[in-house]
Amino acid sequence: MTSDLNKKMAARLRGLRPERMIRIMEVCGTHTTEFFRTGVRDLFPENLDLIDGPGCPVCVTPNDFLDRAIEIGKTHRPVIATFGDMIKVPSSYSSLAKEKADGMEVRIVYSPIDALEMAASEPGREVMFLSVGFETTAPAEAATVIEAKKRAIKNFSLLAGNKLTPPAVEALLAAQEVKIDGFILPGHVSAVIGVAPWRFIAERHKKPCVVSGFDAPDLMMGMITLVDLVTSGRNETLNQYSRVVKDEGNIKAVEIMNRVFKTSDAQWRGIGVIPTSGLEMRDEYADFDAVRRFPVTPPPPKEAPGCRCGELLRGLIIPPACPLYGKACTPEEPVGPCMVSLEGPCAAYYRYWSK
Amino acid sequence: MAKKILPGHGSGGRLMNEMIDTVIRKRFGGGSVQLDDSAILDVGGASIAFTTDTFTITPLFFPGGDIGTLAVNGTVNDLAVMGATPRWISCALVLEEGLEFEVLERVLDSMKSEADRAGVTIVTGDTKVVPSGKADRMFINTSGIGVIEKQAARREIAPGDRIVISGTIGDHGMAVMALRNNLSFSKGLQSDCAHLNHMIRAAIDAFPHSVKFMRDPTRGGVASVLNEIVNGKALSARLDEESLPVRDEVKGVCGILGIDALYAANEGKVVMIVKADDAEGVVSILRKTPEGKNAAIIGEIDTEFPGKAYLETAIGGRRILPLLTEEQLPRIC
Repeated sequence: MTSDLNKKMAARLRGLRPERMIRIMEVCGTHTTEFFRTGVRDLFPENLDLIDGPGCPVCVTPNDFLDRAIEIGKTHRPVIATFGDMIKVPSSYSSLAKEKADGMEVRIVYSPIDALEMAASEPGREVMFLSVGFETTAPAEAATVIEAKKRAIKNFSLLAGNKLTPPAVEALLAAQEVKIDGFILPGHVSAVIGVAPWRFIAERHKKPCVVSGFDAPDLMMGMITLVDLVTSGRNETLNQYSRVVKDEGNIKAVEIMNRVFKTSDAQWRGIGVIPTSGLEMRDEYADFDAVRRFPVTPPPPKEAPGCRCGELLRGLIIPPACPLYGKACTPEEPVGPCMVSLEGPCAAYYRYWSK
Repeated sequence: MAKKILPGHGSGGRLMNEMIDTVIRKRFGGGSVQLDDSAILDVGGASIAFTTDTFTITPLFFPGGDIGTLAVNGTVNDLAVMGATPRWISCALVLEEGLEFEVLERVLDSMKSEADRAGVTIVTGDTKVVPSGKADRMFINTSGIGVIEKQAARREIAPGDRIVISGTIGDHGMAVMALRNNLSFSKGLQSDCAHLNHMIRAAIDAFPHSVKFMRDPTRGGVASVLNEIVNGKALSARLDEESLPVRDEVKGVCGILGIDALYAANEGKVVMIVKADDAEGVVSILRKTPEGKNAAIIGEIDTEFPGKAYLETAIGGRRILPLLTEEQLPRIC
């Protein structure tokens, strides 16, 4: 890919002149950040808008997940192993960062396998991994549980907060609150589940979709294509990330995920309970399920007053429209999760956008 | 809950700056505590630069250096970027009970050989031992004194000035992070830990009036330094993505961990703001030195986004490079 070609594509995107407002939604935290990071978002012409949907796993995780993790930490005192993003997310009454400063053993890991190895090397201590993520991380988390069972590492467990993306998109479309003309579909999620689970968007809801990668040319091509599809009224589902995404997805990864997890109804921040949108652990792996292993009754969840993360995740507002944004809510003192996670829309606006 | 010290208070970002302003300088006096890399003091008519720095790093030894080379070079560089000639440094050791003598001796040998090469003398010091578990093996504090012969390197910057970096970006931060995370593919990734006083001297001797500002982009990286430079001014700092020297190995580790090399620590680089006409000349002087062989012009001072640093990406889009709160954490997926 020559940079000359990229510059031509940039000129084409910048030169688009849609006759009416075209609103595209993306549902992937990496897309949220990459549209900013690559500078592609700065090239959008008038009448083209990108809405950040529920694509950040940390952001859509409801308060009661962290409330439970913290309650388990206080009552049963396991080592809490987590991806770095979760550390500063406010729970109803605290955060892992605050609990850590107060002595709770919270450790950052880069992969669930690191948490398992931690458990293997400290057999006297319980290690609980906070499993948050979409279809992209669930196979690795499932594989870790399978490995734990195989090696009989009994002091390892997983607190499952995993979620599935297509049901959330379906819920947004069904609610008809937000006007969307088309979707940039998540490249990583699609690499796992394939393209077929997305076809309902074009078929039933009559919106064109493009599965897109994450480089500047991927993002530019995705937007140019979607404008073209919307303008010409073609409700198609195109895969422009075929160097990574196969139509059928990664069958092996899905099989591993399904071996450990089964779908369940799940609570999403801002959206509510979405049927079959979550993953819970199957009975065969109950020994590794932190929910069953560490029974607790967390305090009733409470939302931060004034926080509009919920509306944001439904695509109803953009971050600067929230009165807390950049004032009461900053990355230093976040009120809502969308300001914490690197993939959260508020954090992305705050880090990359000055307008 | 009572306010407590968090890791972010030590990471060179916004939290740390706030603490320095509202907790530390408030007590010691904003007039006497200078916020620059070194304090400039008048001693009987002579001008000296005085600085101090404490070093803590896990692991103690890493490709390209160790805590000893860091402790010498960090202080030497803080003096050099003020235009001073570093002369004397101190060495205060906090040792954890149980530390192997072999480790201590290796670190001290590194300090001595690095000090010799930098042309500074270690003239005083201190040792403390704390009980096992109360320190991460060893901490080192070094203070340093340098002599300023002619005032250099702190002049008013203006639109059109060029931003120069003395070499590749993010090497130290990503080498250490790769090591901590066992990213074994990252062989060849090395800390850039080096003393810059000879290189800087060559540049300011050749262009005494053109180098307007220098700072070594350690914690917080190049982006944080640029923020400090334009903060509160009607100027912005534009970086051109295509001209940034970043090693492929660094790009790789950054990509995997979701970290921006512009915020990763450097221990052997300097950012310079140089008058436009002489920027090429300064770069060619830097490139003749071993520490500066990958020096490049990476951007320009303008007025596009007052008070901010920003990046013009390879495709011509722009994004802001804000001062981050704290160290970047690896992302979820």
